[in-house]
Order: sequence, then structure tokens, then C-alpha cells
Amino acid sequence: MSTKLNKSYSGNAQQIYRTVDDALLLKNAVVPDLNKKTELKADVLIKNGVIEQIGNVDDLSFKGEVIDLNGKMIIPGMLDLHVHFREPGREDKETLMSGAAAALAGGFTGVCTMPNTTPATDNREIVEFIIEQFEHHPIDVYPIAAITLERKGEQLVEMAELVDAGVVGFSDDGSSVSNGQVLRRALEYARMFNIPIIEHCEDEQLAVGGVMNEGAMSTKLGLTGMSSIAEDVVVARNIMLAEYIGGKMHIAHISTAGAVELVRQAKLRGVSVTAEVTPHHFSLTEDALENYDTNCKMSPPLRTQKDIDAIVKGLKDGTIDAIATDHAPHTEEEKNVEFDHAPFGILGLETALGLAITELVKKYKMSLYDVLKKLSVTPYQILGLDVPYIEVGHKVNMTILDPKQKWIVDKNKSRSRSRNTPFHGWELTGKPWGVINGKFLALCDS
Amino acid sequence: MSLIRKHLLGLEGVEKDELNHIIQTATSFKEVLSRPFPKVPTLRGKTIVNLFFEASTRTRFSFELAEKRLSADTLNFSVSASAVKKGESLRDTAQNIEAMKVDMVVIRHAAAGAPHFLANCIKGSVINAGDGCHEHPTQALLDMMTLLEKFGDLQGLRVAIIGDVLHSRVARSNVYGLTKMGAEVALCGPSPLIPIRADQWPVKIMNNVDDAIFWADVLMVLRIQMERQQANFFPSLREYHNYFGITVDRLNRARKTLTIMHPGPINRGIELDSELADSEHSLILDQVTNGVAVRMAVLYLLSGEK
Repeated sequence: MSTKLNKSYSGNAQQIYRTVDDALLLKNAVVPDLNKKTELKADVLIKNGVIEQIGNVDDLSFKGEVIDLNGKMIIPGMLDLHVHFREPGREDKETLMSGAAAALAGGFTGVCTMPNTTPATDNREIVEFIIEQFEHHPIDVYPIAAITLERKGEQLVEMAELVDAGVVGFSDDGSSVSNGQVLRRALEYARMFNIPIIEHCEDEQLAVGGVMNEGAMSTKLGLTGMSSIAEDVVVARNIMLAEYIGGKMHIAHISTAGAVELVRQAKLRGVSVTAEVTPHHFSLTEDALENYDTNCKMSPPLRTQKDIDAIVKGLKDGTIDAIATDHAPHTEEEKNVEFDHAPFGILGLETALGLAITELVKKYKMSLYDVLKKLSVTPYQILGLDVPYIEVGHKVNMTILDPKQKWIVDKNKSRSRSRNTPFHGWELTGKPWGVINGKFLALCDS
Repeated sequence: MSLIRKHLLGLEGVEKDELNHIIQTATSFKEVLSRPFPKVPTLRGKTIVNLFFEASTRTRFSFELAEKRLSADTLNFSVSASAVKKGESLRDTAQNIEAMKVDMVVIRHAAAGAPHFLANCIKGSVINAGDGCHEHPTQALLDMMTLLEKFGDLQGLRVAIIGDVLHSRVARSNVYGLTKMGAEVALCGPSPLIPIRADQWPVKIMNNVDDAIFWADVLMVLRIQMERQQANFFPSLREYHNYFGITVDRLNRARKTLTIMHPGPINRGIELDSELADSEHSLILDQVTNGVAVRMAVLYLLSGEK
């Protein structure tokens, strides 16, 4: 009958979650239908990990754990299509478990781990290693494997075996597959498994030496730019390949107005292409680089307000399917250097929901339901997985949040091993309260 | 009057009054330099470190001489002699400097923004002696001082900056400084060497060097780096010389005599003919002389000494 976490479950990455009773009653919840954009005030009764009843449940006769949600909202468990957990290889930046802890703090129940580990996730052993770590964990892990061995862009990985091992997508994220023929074969081969090829779209020659967006700010700062067309031309190529070959092409972290328009037109033609955007690409522009802040250095780079406007339009009209974080931890030692020498990437998991609501709902007047859908419904659909809708008979996999709660980002409270966020000190609206996945409950603030 | 600012990281945002004040101070120091005993005790007891992470002779000598003329204690820290080769980070270098209680740091670095990084780490003043392709404020100050000596006023003076503007910190600092001082500025070079969105600055953009010559009173010729050819910023040095080089023939066709400047080091016969570099219309050596005076002025004004 307790709503408090047992002390022994708090304090470190391993123990921030606990198991719940076989019978669990969530009182006074708000359960929206994100597709119909309606909502229901109701209690949710869970038995043995399955939603048994949604409605008015009498708790006087109820035997089990009761949690009063006081009007908090329940949505399908949020799934992040794009995280870098650095294990194996760079456990000083993040481990699978510290990354998972950050995911829970951000209200996610699922993550897709990107394969640019050291060594690269391009074989069955590493995929199985990753999956094993999450065997008794509230986070569902969906590994993404490299498209090519060692992410060199040359020889395809053993895709069939990797799919059998549990891989949900293929990506050489960090760079594009620059050889068009290699990517064509990857798309053709992956088509057999109905699994997406996820592309980091950047022409390496056009972006050579670049450390930020090319434009007025790069000219002012004297830094080498990565032009928007370096992204656009690869998005165009990839769309054409998908149109010709079929298969599923997913555009990772779209950042330019041009790329958004290319995806829009492709979707109108019926091309099987999907796209994600990161919270930082709709929250910050290149102007944030004014003082050479390396926590604003990422790839693709922060662009301009014109690009943000196009991204918002693309999110609203469905051109952009999902919000994914590109959570990319780096140590303070690596980031606290000259701008040219700092690695690309920032943390994302713990600020994603807050930034999405603050920027997209409050600032750009997007519907809350649509925003939540792009964190919790469409990511599953992109991967061809069942969406854990909050419906009777479904396995419980839910994120519980307060869309109106204001809070201040404090990087020192992050559960990540790294601290590289440009959002430290920001006041955000919208905070995850906790997640329940199967038999596990985790509170975001514990 | 000392400067309000603590660091000199660039000329962007530096107002005309401040620029004039620095240049006037430099003019007083120039008089010191012509004395039989060209030294003043102004910065006696102050410690200044010259941190040169990138090869430089002219700028480093100029700062060093300026510091000695002001009686400061100086330390030189250059790439080959330093721990940087052993992998010491800029952050550690900065912390060591801080621990040694240094008053001012002069930094030259290949990475744009490195002086800003340093300014965030240490308590002393930071002077940017050139950071990547960003700014080189003391160079622009000495250029403006040299032009003021010759023309008396910069209002309406037409300065064409010729060559590799994209990679030039000298060009950026001069754009900010010269336009604040009322001069008109044109940027001229092969299109790939004119930065994207250079139109954000109040400058003319030209691609034909004869147009620039026709328009300008002063040609500020930039050094062309040999390696830019490999990256296809232009097809060959031969073509660069033929189409963008400042040659005797080209200037002979001009309707008036132009003043020539160059921040050095010069590729003689490529971006600028020797005969022009050494002519009576060249201010190149005046630039070098004024460099010491300008750096004395900046060091003095940032030191807060009265």
C-alpha cells in the first residue's frame, strides 16, 4: 500500500527501480487516447503485468498496492530511437546501466542503442551482451547494429543472424554509408526482414573539417562550417534509393529545412521513409555557439531559426514521425577543450520530454497529444513493433507524467555518467513522474 | 583612461572611441620607441606570458618587444618548447599559468575561440594574438594606426582586402575595426575564399581584382596559403597569380596610385609583386613598426595601470 520507494532501491544506478505487487491500482490517472486526441479520467488496474481495467475502480475491497496519481497522465512507455550508451568501449562516458538509469529518469521504458561502440556493434556477441544486461530491468533494450563491419562502409554485417539475435535496425550512425551501392545492397537485404536502415545523413566530403553549421555564425566565429546541403544531398540520395529499392529508410536526427521538405515530398509520393528529430534541433540555434560552448557542438550541428520553423511544421504535419534524443555522453575532460577539438554530441534522455513540451507545445503551439505520440507511439511503429497502448488486455508498459509541472534542469543530478548538456539551468514545463514496465516501477526523481 | 574591457579577444563590438583611444595611446608609445633609451617603467613588476601554440615570428617578436619596452617580466611558451607536445591540455596550461600568478596572457592558437576558453579559466587579462580563422585584433589596430598616420582620417577611405578572406583572422578584425572607424571596405578574392554570408558585414564583395583596384584607395593584400590549392579553393597558384595577384602591370593600369599593405609573411611574386611590396607606396614596414607601439598600448590599457 506504499507509494514510496523502499530506501534500499534508491541511490545508485542499479537500484532506482523496484518490483510492484502482482496487483497494482493506479488511482486518479488521466489516460489520453493519443490518436483520437481525447482523454479519460480513470483508475487503472494492473494484474500480473497486464492492464485489467480502466475506469472507476473501488479501492476499498482491493488487495494490493495502490498509487494515487493525482491527475497525472499515463501514456505508452516512451521509446528513444537513438541513444549512445558507449558500452562496450567507453564506459567512462556511459555504461549500459548508467544510460538506462538516465532513460528511466527521463521517463523512457525503451531505448535503441546505437552501434558506434568500441568495438562496433556489428556481431552477435555484442548484441547478446547488450541484451543480457537488460534481462531483469525496466528498460527494454532494442539494439541497432552497424550496417557495415566496423562501420567502415564497405562490407555488410551478417544481418540475418543479427536480426535473430534481436536487432531492430541497422545504422552506421556517426557517419553515412558514403558508397551508394553498399547502401543499396543494405536496403535490399534488410528489406527481407522488414527492418529499417537508419541513416546519419551527411556527405563527408561536403562537411569535411566542419564543426558547426555553415552560415552567418560560422563566418563570424571563424569556425569551419558543415553546410545544410551536406545533409540534404544524402537525404535526397537515400530517399531515391528507398523509392527505387523499397525497404524502410529512416532518417536519423533530421536538422535542415531542405531535408524536411525532401521527406515531405517523398512521403507524398508514397516512399517508405520515416524521420526523427532531436529535442536540441528544435530548441537551440547556431546562435548558442556565440561563446564557443562545446556543449552546443553536435552532429548534425545546431542550425538556424528557419530550420527550426521547418522542423516544427514537419512535426505538425507528420513529415517528421518521431522525437529521438541522440543521447551522446562525453566526459568533461573531452568537452572542456578548444571548440575544434571537442567531440560531437550532448546528453538528451533526461531533458527530452521537458524540452518537447516546453518548446513544441508551449512555444510552437503543437498539440500535447501529438508531441507525446512522437515520443511514445510512432517510435514503435517505425521499428514495426506493437505499441503498448494503455488498453485493457495489454501488457503494462507506461510512462506517467505531469505535463504542467515546472522544473529546473540540473546537470549535477543527472544519472548519466557524463554532464554534457547545454540545458543546465533551463526551466522546463512537463516532467516525467515514473514508469511501469512489466513488474518494474521506477520513479524519475528517486 | 584605461579600457573598460578586461580582455582583448577581438574587435567585434569594440566601439570607435575605444579604437581611437588605443591608437592615440599607441602614438604616444611610438614616440617612446624613437628615444635613445626606448623603455618606460610602466609595467614594471607585471608578469606577461606569451603563449604561442602556432608558429609566429613577427607577432611574437612584436609582443615580446612591446613587453620589454614597458619593463614587464615576460615568459615565452611556444609549441616546440612546451608540454603541449607531451599532451598537456590548454586547460592545464591555463591552470599552471594561473598558479604562477601571471597578470596577462598573450595567446596565439590554431583553434578559433581558444582565447575565449582561456579567458574563462584564468583571472588575468587575455590578449588574442590570432585564433584560427577568427580574429587578430592587434593586427587590425596596427593597420588602422598606419592608415591614420598616412591619411589622417579613415572616414570614407576605401580599403580593399584582397585574397583568402575565408581563412583570414586579419580580414575579420579589419572588417570590424575599419567599418567602425568610418572606412569603406571591400572583400575581393576567388568566390570559394569569400566566406558564406559575408554580406552580414557592411562590406562590398568583389570577385574581379581590377574592379577592386579601380574602387580602392588602399589594397590590403592577404597571404595565400599554398595548401588551399589542394583543397580546390582555387585551381592553381599560377591561375591565382594571373587573376588575383597584385602585380605591377595591374597597378600601372590603375587610374591612381594605391597604397599597399600586407600583414606578412608575403609570398613574393604570388599574391604581391616584390617591386610593389618594396615601393614607396607600401606601408608594410610601417605596419611592423607600429605593431610594437599598438601592442604596448593594448598591454598598458588592459593592465589597468594609471
